[in-house]
Amino acid sequence: MTTTPTAGRTTAVAARATELSKIYGQGETRVVALDRVSVDFRQAEFTAIMGPSGSGKSTLMHCVAGLDTFSSGSVRIGDTELGSLKDKQLTKLRRDKIGFIFQAFNLLPTLTALENITLPMDIAGRKPDKAWLDQVIRMVGLSGRLSHRPSQLSGGQQQRVAVARALASRPDIIFGDEPTGNLDSRSGAEVLGFLRNSVRELGQTVVMVTHDPVAAAYADRVVFLADGRIVDEIHGPTADSVLDLMRNLPGGNPQTPEFDVKGRTR
Amino acid sequence: MFRTALRNVLAHKARLLMTVLAVMLGVAFVSGTLVFTNTISDAYQKSSAKGFDRVDVAVQPEYQDSKGNQVGRTPELTQALLEKAAKVPGAASATGVVTGFTAVADKDGKLVGGDWQSAGGNYWGTEDPRYPLVSGHAPRGKDEVLIDSATAKRAGYQVGDTVRLSVDGPVLTPVISGIFTTDDGNVAAGGSLTLFDTPTAQALFGKKGTYDEIDVQAAPGTSQAALKAELDKALPAKLVDTTTGEQLADDQAELIASSMSSLKQGLLVFAGIALFVGTFIIANTFTMLVAQRTRELALLRAVGASRRQVTRSVLIEAFAVGTVAGVTGLAAGVGIGAGLRSLLGSFGASVPDGPLVISPGTVVAALAVGILITMLAAWLPGRRAAKIPPVAAMSSVHAKATTKSLVLRNTLGALFAAAGVAVVLVGTTMDTDSGQGAMGLGAVLLIIGVFVLTPLLSRPLIAAAAPLLRAFGVSGKLARQNSVRNPRRTAATASALMIGLTLITGMTVMAGSLQKSIDKMASSAIRADYVVSMANRGPLSPDVAKKIAASDGVTASSPLRNGESRIDGGTEFLTGVDGASIRELTDLKVTDGSFGVGGTRVVVDKDRAKEYGWSAGSRFTAHFEDGKAQRLTVAGVYEGNEMLNGIILDNKVLTPHLSDPADMQVMVKTADGASDGVKDRLEKTLGANPAIKVQDKQDISNEIAKSFTLVLNMVYGLLGMAVIVAVLGVINTLAMSVFERAQEIGMLRAIGLDRRAVKRMVRLESLVISLFGGVLGIGLGVFFGWAAGELLGAKMPTYELVLPWGRMAVFLLLAGTVGVLAALWPARRAARLNMLAAIKAE
Repeated sequence: MTTTPTAGRTTAVAARATELSKIYGQGETRVVALDRVSVDFRQAEFTAIMGPSGSGKSTLMHCVAGLDTFSSGSVRIGDTELGSLKDKQLTKLRRDKIGFIFQAFNLLPTLTALENITLPMDIAGRKPDKAWLDQVIRMVGLSGRLSHRPSQLSGGQQQRVAVARALASRPDIIFGDEPTGNLDSRSGAEVLGFLRNSVRELGQTVVMVTHDPVAAAYADRVVFLADGRIVDEIHGPTADSVLDLMRNLPGGNPQTPEFDVKGRTR
Repeated sequence: MFRTALRNVLAHKARLLMTVLAVMLGVAFVSGTLVFTNTISDAYQKSSAKGFDRVDVAVQPEYQDSKGNQVGRTPELTQALLEKAAKVPGAASATGVVTGFTAVADKDGKLVGGDWQSAGGNYWGTEDPRYPLVSGHAPRGKDEVLIDSATAKRAGYQVGDTVRLSVDGPVLTPVISGIFTTDDGNVAAGGSLTLFDTPTAQALFGKKGTYDEIDVQAAPGTSQAALKAELDKALPAKLVDTTTGEQLADDQAELIASSMSSLKQGLLVFAGIALFVGTFIIANTFTMLVAQRTRELALLRAVGASRRQVTRSVLIEAFAVGTVAGVTGLAAGVGIGAGLRSLLGSFGASVPDGPLVISPGTVVAALAVGILITMLAAWLPGRRAAKIPPVAAMSSVHAKATTKSLVLRNTLGALFAAAGVAVVLVGTTMDTDSGQGAMGLGAVLLIIGVFVLTPLLSRPLIAAAAPLLRAFGVSGKLARQNSVRNPRRTAATASALMIGLTLITGMTVMAGSLQKSIDKMASSAIRADYVVSMANRGPLSPDVAKKIAASDGVTASSPLRNGESRIDGGTEFLTGVDGASIRELTDLKVTDGSFGVGGTRVVVDKDRAKEYGWSAGSRFTAHFEDGKAQRLTVAGVYEGNEMLNGIILDNKVLTPHLSDPADMQVMVKTADGASDGVKDRLEKTLGANPAIKVQDKQDISNEIAKSFTLVLNMVYGLLGMAVIVAVLGVINTLAMSVFERAQEIGMLRAIGLDRRAVKRMVRLESLVISLFGGVLGIGLGVFFGWAAGELLGAKMPTYELVLPWGRMAVFLLLAGTVGVLAALWPARRAARLNMLAAIKAE
C-alpha cells in the first residue's frame, strides 16, 4: 500500500472525488459549499488547492480527507469509498492512510517532539519503522530537538514536527490545511521545501489548501475553486502564473487578500 | 460593569450550573438541618406543654444523698402524703402517679414500639382527665388494662382482647378494658403506654402503697405559685420537692432545646464539610472561567476598566451564582427537612406532628452561606483576573497558565503536614481527655498540609499508576499526562474527594477497632451459653433467675443482682451472684488469690483493689442500703471489664439487705451448649416473653455490631453529601479540561484516535484524579483512625487496631466509580466534539 521512494511518477490515483457536493442548510438558508466537484489527486504529486474565501477549497479538502461528511457524490482514497464508511472506519482510514498538517501546528503540549511524531503509530499500536523515521527526522532537521516539548520550539520548528508526524507513518496521502499560514516567510519556505522533497524524493502524495500564490508555486499542480466549483488548473505553476489566474477568477482579488489579520482564510 | 457581569453569568450557564449545584447542596444541607431541628423541637415543645396542662404543682420525692456509712435513698410518697396534699388550701385534687416499664406484645408476640419506649403507668380512679378514654372503661383489678390508641391501632387490638404484657419478667395476660388517647411525648415518638389501675401499677412497679409523683390541681382562683407555697408549708420540705406546672414545662422545653442543639450541631458539622468541599469547586470554576475569558477581560481593561472593576465584575458574577444557589438550596433544604421527618417516621420513630418551621434565621443563614461562600471562593480568581494585562487582548494566543513556582506552597505544606503528624503523634501518648484536643488540632494541621501539598504529591502518585495506564495504550498515556498538566486543578479536584474519604475511612477504622475490642471484652470473659436480660436493659424480677435455675438442662446459672453500699464513707456498687455457679459462667483473669465467691468471701476488680489497698485476704466492712453492716473478706482480685466489674459477692449475703431485689442479667450454662433448641426451650420457660431477651455470645456480638453499624451508616449517609459535591467537582474539572483541549482532541480525532479512545482518555483522566483523591483520603483516614484508636484504646485492655481491608477496597472502588461516573458526560462531549470546528478554533 505504501509508496516506495523509488516509485517514479505514475498515473495511479491516490484520491478521487466524483460529483462531490456539500450543501448546508435547507430552503432559504441553503448554501452550496461544493457543487458537483470532480477531481483526481495522483500518486507522488504535490497538488495545491486555491480559491477565494468561501470558494469551498477547505471544504473540498476536509471531505476528501474524511474529516467531514458530504451530501452527494463519491470520494475514494485508494480503493476505499468514503461515503459508505462509519465513523469508526473513517477514523481507522485517517489513522492508517492519511497524514495531516494543520495551520495551527496542533501538537500535544504534553508530549516531546519525538512522541508527537510517532503519535499516529502509537494510536494504531504500531512500531515505527526506525530507518524511515530517522530519514524523515533528518530531512526536517529535528535531530537535536527530539526531546523538546512544543513550548520549547519555535513556530517553524513546531510545524516541522507536524510535517515529520505526517510523513512518519508513510500515509498514502498527506493533506495540509494552510500549513504555512502561521509561519514567517522563511520558515514557510522551509516547510514547503520539505513537502516538495517528500514528493520528489520519497514519492509521497501531498494535497495542500493555501491562499498564498508563493506557496502554491511549490506544487506540481494548482486547482482553483470558486463558488464551490473547479474553475481552472495549472500544471507546473509559478507565483506569477498563479497570481494572473487568480486575478481573473470571480470574486478573486489578490491585491486585497481575502484572508483576515491573522493570515487565515475564513 | 454590572450588566457585563450578569451577561457573563448567562453566557456560561452550563458551566456555572455545576457550581450552583455544589453550593446548593451545601446550603440545602444547612437549611434542611435548621428546618428539621426547628420543626421537631417546636413540635416536641408544644406536645410537652400540653403534657403539663393538668399539673399545677408536682410533688416529687427529694433524693437523700449518701452520708457517712448510710446509703442514699429516695423517700416514699405515701398515700398519707397524697391525702395531705389534696387537702392543702387552694388544692382542688391530687393525683398519684406511678410509672415503670411495660412491654406490650402484638398478636404475633413481637414487642410493640422500641426497646426503650415501652412505658407503663396508673389510671387514676374511675375517670382520669389525663387520659381521655376513646372506648371501654377504666381498668379494675389486675386483669384489666388500658392501652393507648396508637399502640392499639398498630397492633390491631380492640377492647375485650387479651394482651401479653411484661413488666419485669413474668408474662401477664390481662384483658384490654379500654383504649385512651394521650399527648404523652413518648407515645408521640412511637412508644407504647399501658395503664393499670393504681394498686396494680404500684404492685407491678414495686412501689406498694407509694407514688413516684403527686400532681396537685389548683382550685379555681388559686395560682400555681400560691398552691406551691401552701404545699411547701404543709409537706415535709426535706423529703419532697415541689415544682409548678409552668416550671416543669419550661424545664422540659429547655431539655428538648438542648438535646436538639447537639443534634443540630452534629448535622451542621456535616453540612460544613459539604460546604468546605464545595468551596474548592467554586474556586476552581471561577479560576477556569477567568482563564477562558482572558482576552475578554483584557479587552475590558484595554477600553478603560480599572483593576478593581474587573475584580468586582467577577465578584458580581459570584454574587449572582451564590444568590441562585442560596435560594434553590433553601427550597431544597425545606424539602430535606420535611423528608427527614417522614424518614424518621418510616423508621418507626414517629415524631409529633406540627407545622414545618421555616424561621427567618434559617432563610438568612441559607442565603448568607450561599452568597458568602461563593464570593469568598471567587475572590482569589477575581484578583487574578484583575492582573491580566490589557495587551493580552491583542495577542492571538491563549494566555499561558502562569506556571507559578510551587516552592513556597510546598514548603508551607510540608511544614503544616509535619506539624500535624507530630501533634497527632504526641496526642496518642496523652490521656484520653487532653489528647482529644491535641488530636483535633493535629488532624486539622495535617489535612491543611496535605491539601497544600497535593499538587506536589500528584506527580509521584500518578506516576505510580503509569504501569496500569500503559495497558490502555495511547489513551492511558495521554490521560496520565493530562492529569498532571495542571497540578493545582487536579489537586483541588482530588482534595474535594479526599476530605470525604478521609472522614469515612477514619470513622470506619475507629468503629471497627472499637467494636472488635468491645466484642472481645464482652465475649471473652463469658463462659455462659446464654445471657438473659430485659429488652430495655431494665431490672429483671428475681423470679426469672429462679425459673431458669429450675428448668431442665441448665447446669449452672446466676443472676447479676444490683446492690449499693457504703465502704469507708464512699459509695460502691455491688454485684450479687450465685457464688457456687459464677466460676463456671465467667472467665475473668485473676491476678491475686482465687475467684472464690461464697459466704462473706468476695472478689474485687483491680481498680477497687488498688483504690482501697486490698489484696487477697484483706477484710473490709460494707454498709448496705438497709443500714446494716457486714464484714467481708477479699478472696481474690480479678481484671474487670465493661460487663463485670467492682465487688462481686454472694446473693445469699446481699439479698436479705435489699428491699426490692432486681437483676440486670441472668447468665445461663446448659448441658448441651448453645443451640437453637436450647434457646427455644429457655424462651418457652420464660413464657415466650416479648420483653426478655435470651442471647448467646453470637447474639451479643451481633447486637454490639448492630449499634456500630447503625452509627456508621448514619455517618456514611451524611458524608455521602460531601462525596456528591466532590463528584460535581470532578465533572466540572473534566468539562473544563475537555473544553480547553478541544483543539487537541480535534487533532487527535483527525489523525486517527477513534471516539472510543477519546472517551477512554477522558475517563482514565477522571479515574486517575479520583483514585488519587481516594488513595490520599484512605491513607489519611487510616492514620487518623489509628491515632484516635490509640487514644481511646488506652483505656481498653482488649483494644487492637482492625484495618477494614474489605471496606477500604470498597472505598477505593467507590472513588474509582466516582471517577468513571463523573466522566460520563465530559467524555461524551469530548467524543462528540466537532473535529473541524475544534481544529480551527483557537
